[in-house]
Amino acid sequence: MNPTASCQPFDLRPSTFGLQDSANEAAAASLDASCRLPLLVLFMSAAAWLVITSGFALIASIKFHSPAFLAGRAWLTYGRVHPAASSAFLYGFCLQSGLAVSLWLLARLGRTKLAQRWLVTLGAMFWNLGVTVGVWGVLAGDRTGFEALELPGYATPMIFVGYLLIGVWGALTFHQRRERRLYVSQWFLFAALFWFPWIYSTAQLLLLTFPVRGVMQSVIAWWYADNLRFVWLWLAGLGAVFYLVPKLTRRDLQNRNLALFAFWIILLFGSWGGIPNSAPVPAWMPALSAVGTVLTTVALLAVGLSVWKTAGPGGPAGARENLPLRFVRFGVLTFLVAGFMRVLGSIPPVSNVTDLTWFGPATDQLDAYGFFAMVNFGAAYWILPHLMGLEFPWPRLVRAHFWLASLGIVLLAAPLAIAGVLEGLKLRSPDNAFMEVVKTTLPCLRVSTVGDLFMALGHVAFLANLAGLAARFYPVRAASLFSSLTLDLYKPAGAKP
Amino acid sequence: MNYGPLLFLAAFFALATSWFGFVLTPQAQIGQLQPANMLGAPTLYPQARPGLARQGLEVYRANGCADCHTQQVRQSGTVCDVVLSDTGTNLPAVITALLKVKPGLSEPAARQWLEALRQPPPPTLDPRPSTLDPRPSSLLLQGLKPAEADAAVKVLNGAGAKAAVSIVPVGPDLARGWGKRRNVARDFIFDYPLALGSQRIGPDLANLSARQPDAGWHLRHLYAPRLEVKGSAMPPYRFLFEKRKIERRPSPDAMVLPRDLAPPPGYEIVPKPEAGALVAYLLSLRADAPLFEAPLTVAPVPGAAGATNAPAAPDLTAANAPAAPGATSTNAAPTNAPAK
Repeated sequence: MNPTASCQPFDLRPSTFGLQDSANEAAAASLDASCRLPLLVLFMSAAAWLVITSGFALIASIKFHSPAFLAGRAWLTYGRVHPAASSAFLYGFCLQSGLAVSLWLLARLGRTKLAQRWLVTLGAMFWNLGVTVGVWGVLAGDRTGFEALELPGYATPMIFVGYLLIGVWGALTFHQRRERRLYVSQWFLFAALFWFPWIYSTAQLLLLTFPVRGVMQSVIAWWYADNLRFVWLWLAGLGAVFYLVPKLTRRDLQNRNLALFAFWIILLFGSWGGIPNSAPVPAWMPALSAVGTVLTTVALLAVGLSVWKTAGPGGPAGARENLPLRFVRFGVLTFLVAGFMRVLGSIPPVSNVTDLTWFGPATDQLDAYGFFAMVNFGAAYWILPHLMGLEFPWPRLVRAHFWLASLGIVLLAAPLAIAGVLEGLKLRSPDNAFMEVVKTTLPCLRVSTVGDLFMALGHVAFLANLAGLAARFYPVRAASLFSSLTLDLYKPAGAKP
Repeated sequence: MNYGPLLFLAAFFALATSWFGFVLTPQAQIGQLQPANMLGAPTLYPQARPGLARQGLEVYRANGCADCHTQQVRQSGTVCDVVLSDTGTNLPAVITALLKVKPGLSEPAARQWLEALRQPPPPTLDPRPSTLDPRPSSLLLQGLKPAEADAAVKVLNGAGAKAAVSIVPVGPDLARGWGKRRNVARDFIFDYPLALGSQRIGPDLANLSARQPDAGWHLRHLYAPRLEVKGSAMPPYRFLFEKRKIERRPSPDAMVLPRDLAPPPGYEIVPKPEAGALVAYLLSLRADAPLFEAPLTVAPVPGAAGATNAPAAPDLTAANAPAAPGATSTNAAPTNAPAK
């Protein structure tokens, strides 16, 4: 069967879902109208969390220049602002914007309205309340001590209810789809939709509610962190990539089977990673984990090949000027880099050096920010103008955001990775005093502060554009309502103000 | 892959396998670990931490000490040392045996070493190894494979001496003095939340109390890290201390600080209960008991207690030069040098 042909029937190619397509315009407009409120809430709060994240991340980073910086107050100590930043980023931004993009894609690709948009909006509010309470708790000293699950137990019910309100209606939207044939993205997004509640409830129950004994806590925390960072983020991010890349290059996805293959590999083997080789656990666990991680190489290659064949050289002119596409391309590139760094870091000869160093955080940042956040920025810059029928108020800020974010993540992750390798190599020889090793890494850590600063500026630009768009939308909508009442003529909300 | 239910089942199956592999199976294997007897001693290990130390773990968690400090010592392998615990009565035969198992050793050197070992220990009431003990280390051979060590022991015992094999874990972390053996799952069975840590921005703390048993050092280090460790990158934790007016008489807990950090006259700086608890926890950090799954030899050898784990190379192994009587034994220095 011709793999390209399998993308063709029923106008399933994402490239036919544009607003340019007049036949679909009315349908698309009504879909967008059903998504507008919940998506606006989700995206705006995600952007706000991003700004908060970078504030905390900057404080944490400056402490490497001067340990005494803001050290006098308990809530500003490194061990509190650092987890506050990472939790705000993971739960405030990543999951939230990932859910926003997923909801829109599930409605779009299923050609159906988003089910129960008011309840989804309520879910978003619960979610944000939970994350707010949780980050507050971390600053107050209630962090759980489990990486990627730092938000205290009392924030969990709100987060979980919020997720269910969003996820259940997302799944129902998927169920009610009028286009029965599934597009590639829908596999990824639907799997992601129910992946999270399972891993989250397992981790919550076995770490906080009925804690397991000793090292089992770490095993479950590693399992959870790996599933969240490398399975959930990959599934939700690649779901968006496989929609956006063909859509923005106006070409067919090349090809469906490669994507299906990547999907299966990620599901089957991605979820087996995460246990470091140095861990004080029976040796089969890190060994199995390394095997699973190494096998994800195949998925990386499949995704890379698929995106290359779809969006490689020879595309339409102007693709360089297409900013959402740039974000997505950068994201896919970093996805490959981060994925290979993760594979390398799981192989014993390398992990002997890189374990317990800055190499791990560099990989995580590259994956969560360089890949997932960048793809989501691209998606937000693509979805929101369609949703509102308006252009962003400051297009230059979008370009600035791209450069700030991409430079920022490179300046953040590259020095950290280098610091990790240097530190690991030096620690191998007991002749190097530990303080000397620390001093080797400090210059790298200081460079990464510049990366944090760039990213923070980018986040302010992102939030400003989103807020500006929302602020412009309502006057325009009121004006169009007024004119429709007075002139008794239909005038689309998408008219340029 | 065009049916929702099929997609659901696929994802369900994939996640269920991973859950089975990394949640259920490990729980069945190590989720019920119990304390076990130490090797060679009828003592249960580990013991639950005392109550104050458990409160200290909460302070450790709340302030994210584990963000910068690991508690997992790694080891790259194990080697065998040969220790001569008794020189026997037949000196010429033992010397012949020594020359056989340790090529390169000269006969006068061997004789001198044996005679030095035979001297009685200096009279002392202190059971700990003393730096005044003039006798050399009884460590004979280092870094052997088990079969080689066994063969050497057989030769020496055949000559009437008493030799024993001691198991020594090795690796960069251990050479750095961060521990005597790797950490194993059993070390942590009483800890919640478990603070293994994932990054070494600061040194490993798994055996901190063995390196630095002084509570005052820890309090000063928490208050102003650079007082104790030059150029330390650790932030000061002054919010764990309070400055208060001296009431009728100064508190015995008041911190003794250099002039630039000292409080104004009439005031004193005392650790809050959290600081005390945290230090109690830090002082409870020690995981070097010999276990079945992480063997090492710690039994003191008569004549040179604790020789097997001496960090520096002792007399005979350092060079072929004979140990001069009166040379200080390297094994006697306790490992309480401050953290590097």
